[in-house]
This record gives sequence, structure tokens and C-alpha cells, in this order.
Amino acid sequence: IYLLKMNKYNTHTHTHIYMIYDYISNSASFCLPNHSTTVRRPFPLSHGTTTLGFIFQGGVIAAADTRASAGGLVACPAVHKITPIHSHLVVTSSGSGADCMLWERILTREIRLYQLRHRRRLSIRGTAKLLSFMLHPFKGTEVCVALTLCGWDKESGPKLIYVCSDGARLQGDIFSVGSGSPYAYGVLDGGLKWSLSKDEAISLAREAVFRATHRDAYSGNNVDLFHITAQGWSQRKREDLKEEYYRDMEKRSKDRRGKIKRE
Amino acid sequence: QLSETKMLSAQGFGDPGKMKDYHYTGPVEHKFSPYAFNGGTVLAVAGEDFAIVASDTRLSEGYSIHSRDSPKCYKLTDTTVIGCSGFHGDCLTLTKIIDARLKMYKHSNNKTMTSGAIAAMLSTILYGRRFFPYYVYNIIGGLDEEGKGAVYSFDPVGSYQRDTYKAGGSASAMLQPLLDNQIGFKNMEGVEQVPLTQDKAVQLVKDVFISAAERDVYTGDALRVCIITKEGINEQTIPLRKD
Repeated sequence: IYLLKMNKYNTHTHTHIYMIYDYISNSASFCLPNHSTTVRRPFPLSHGTTTLGFIFQGGVIAAADTRASAGGLVACPAVHKITPIHSHLVVTSSGSGADCMLWERILTREIRLYQLRHRRRLSIRGTAKLLSFMLHPFKGTEVCVALTLCGWDKESGPKLIYVCSDGARLQGDIFSVGSGSPYAYGVLDGGLKWSLSKDEAISLAREAVFRATHRDAYSGNNVDLFHITAQGWSQRKREDLKEEYYRDMEKRSKDRRGKIKRE
Repeated sequence: QLSETKMLSAQGFGDPGKMKDYHYTGPVEHKFSPYAFNGGTVLAVAGEDFAIVASDTRLSEGYSIHSRDSPKCYKLTDTTVIGCSGFHGDCLTLTKIIDARLKMYKHSNNKTMTSGAIAAMLSTILYGRRFFPYYVYNIIGGLDEEGKGAVYSFDPVGSYQRDTYKAGGSASAMLQPLLDNQIGFKNMEGVEQVPLTQDKAVQLVKDVFISAAERDVYTGDALRVCIITKEGINEQTIPLRKD
């Protein structure tokens, strides 16, 4: 209701872009993103992450760390970077924390409105297109979102689509986004096969996030894991990677001791 | 860039440190900044059936103190208090906007906004100024619909999350690890994780602010504590270091 009040243009269903643009820049004209008059901010915003998603025979796995950093400070050690949008779609977010949170809210609202108006659920490809077109007016501004839509369509099965505020919209079988993504890609490319079992896939995703959080300063704390099948999404209990690190050290020192004994 | 090459050549001389001090950069243009940093620290803790929002009362700018009695907690409803620190001008405007929106909600929906609803609304208000943000670090403390304590912490552009405890403002980086340890029992082994009682929480908040006043120049003068329970909001003022 607040959105409609603030909107100076007549809204019909297809000009929601104007609605959102107006919502963003409601009061004074110097709010508009204009390069010559951008105000330098005296504070850093939340950034930096490791998220990943891949498709295998048992569905789609989405995993992410839980650290939100603002400059050099850990602003929050327990953020939810994977958000369910509806029963068969989750979205992993990367980039600026506030941008991702608000754009996910806007996307959820638009998807629900589509469902109510057209009496059928929008496909994952359609959702990605909608999101990409909604973000387009903000290309070139400081809005920084890189979302991976992980879902299951009734018609076309598992889907993984990457959408970012620069305008990219890519469908694929494996994506990793964020400052820790190079490390995650290394682990995933090494171990990913279509024929993995559910447990193997989950442990591969956990391992990829763990290795990325170990090497990337801006990723860390816990790992969130979602598994999407034709029946919907299910969430694995959040796991603290600090314990995982100590278990790994324990295992390595045992191996080393074993090797020395054999020699 | 010019200054970088000058630095590199200065390193050729044995003592780069002194060369940096006498380094001449030429005339530098200072653009008008619409922001100012007025200091202050805010803290909120949520318990089983209570919530505490505390802030210091010092208002500073640069090396001066504007006021020793400018608390940063603002009462929104009977069950919600917000703490705002950062740029005082934006804090005042933001609280006025929130009060207006609360009234609008009350008039159109005939009920008071719950803490969760206020948090969601504040997120959209802050994001509405995504390209010229309110320079305010907000923390909302209150009781949720079930009567349990709730704390919602925000960043300046509207990203928010429900927490059990959070510190914001100039001394937040000093206070947050202490709270992680004492309330969250993080990084401790072999401790019994007892839930926090109201008296222990109030005492902890007072101790934590005394420590903050010792080490942060922008925090001090007095501490205002608002304790929110289902009986209402109880306010206490405790003196802190004035130097």
C-alpha cells in the first residue's frame, strides 16, 4: 500500500519497473544515481561470500557460507544467504547484503502476484528473466546482486540460473559466486559427476564451501545446505565450520602418524 | 598516480617513514560532505521475556562534545525501543519518519505495529534511500507477539536480521566480541549454557559500557538503559566517564 501511495505514475501491471524505480528514489531529486553528484559514503557495506549450486542426478544442491563482512569487520556471523522463494525454488545471494535481501523480497512478491493473476506458477527461466529485467534499470549504479536461482520445474526438471546486476543471465549445471568462488570451483570441478549419490553430493558441496572459507578471508563461520528435488526443497542443519576444521586437522595428523609408523 | 611514484622514489632513501611526513601532495580539494559522524554506541540484548536497549548519551563531532545528555534510544511503542547511532541529523529524521509511519499504520489498521513489522518497515525505509543512505546504525529491541525478547539489527541500507544480542555504533567492534563470549558462550569450553536472567543482563550491559567508555573516545558521559517487559518500559540512567 505504501508503494502505491508513493507512486506518481499510473501503474498497470507491466510498468512495475517504474514503480520500483520510483520507490527507490522517492523524495529529493539528488537521490537519483548520477555519477557527477554521487555522495561518498563514510561507511562500508556488507559484501564478500562463497555460494555455490550444482545439478546432479538427485536434483539440485545449493550451499553457502554465513559470513557478512563490512570492510574488515564481520558484521554478522550467521546470515542466511540461501532463501526459499517458494516450495520448489531457492535463491542463493552474493554481493551487497541489503541489495540481495530487498531484491529477493521484491522477487518473491512479483512471483506471488504472477501466480495469483495467471493461476499457474512462473517457470524458473521466467523468474530469472523477470529478475534480470527488474534489475536492468539499476545497471551502472552501485546495486550489486549476484543471485543463483536453484529450482525444480514441473515441465523441465532441475534448473540452475545465475542472474546478476550487471545484466548477466546464464543457465548452467554448476555455478559458484562470490569472493571464495575460485576455491569452491576447484573442489567442485575435481569431484563433480552426474552420477553422485545424494550423500556424496552433499559432502562435496560442504567440502567446497569449507575449503573456500578456509582460504578466503571474507567467507566463513557456518555452511548452509539446501537440496531441491521434484518434491520441493529441504534444508540441512547449519554446520559450524570451525569444528570441521579441527576434525580435518585431527584426520591429517592421524594420517601423518600412520605414515611415519609404516616408514 | 603521481603520489605513488613519489612514494616509491622516497623508499630509495633509507628512511621512508620520515619522507612520508614531509611529503607534499599539492592542493587537495575537499568536497562538501553531507555526512558527519556524531559518535555513540548502542546495544540491545533479548532475553526470554524481556529486552534491553542501552545507549550512551554523548554527542560528539571531531574533537568536540556537543552534548553530554543526548540519549540514542527512542521509544516507538509500548513494546519496542529503537537505538540509532551515527549521524545525528539522519537519526532525528529517521525516528520522525518511523513515528509518522507508526501513526499511519495505527490509523489504517487499528492496531499497533509489532516489533517484527517495524523491523521490516524500517528495512524498506532505509533501502528507499539506497543511493544516498541514512548514515545510521539501527538496532530495534522489543517483545515479539509471543512475549519473547527480540532484537533486530540493521546496516545503513536496510539489511536486517533477528539476533539475540547486538552492539552498534562507534564501539561496536569492541563490544560485539565480548557479548559473543558472555551471552553467546562462543569460544568457551566446558561452560554451562544457562539462559540469561534480567538482572544479570542489566549488570552485563552496564559493565560492558563502562569498558567501552574506557577505550572508545566517542562513548561516555552517561548510559541510558531501557528495559522492556510486558509491564512496560523501565528507564535507568547510569553515569560513565566524562573524559
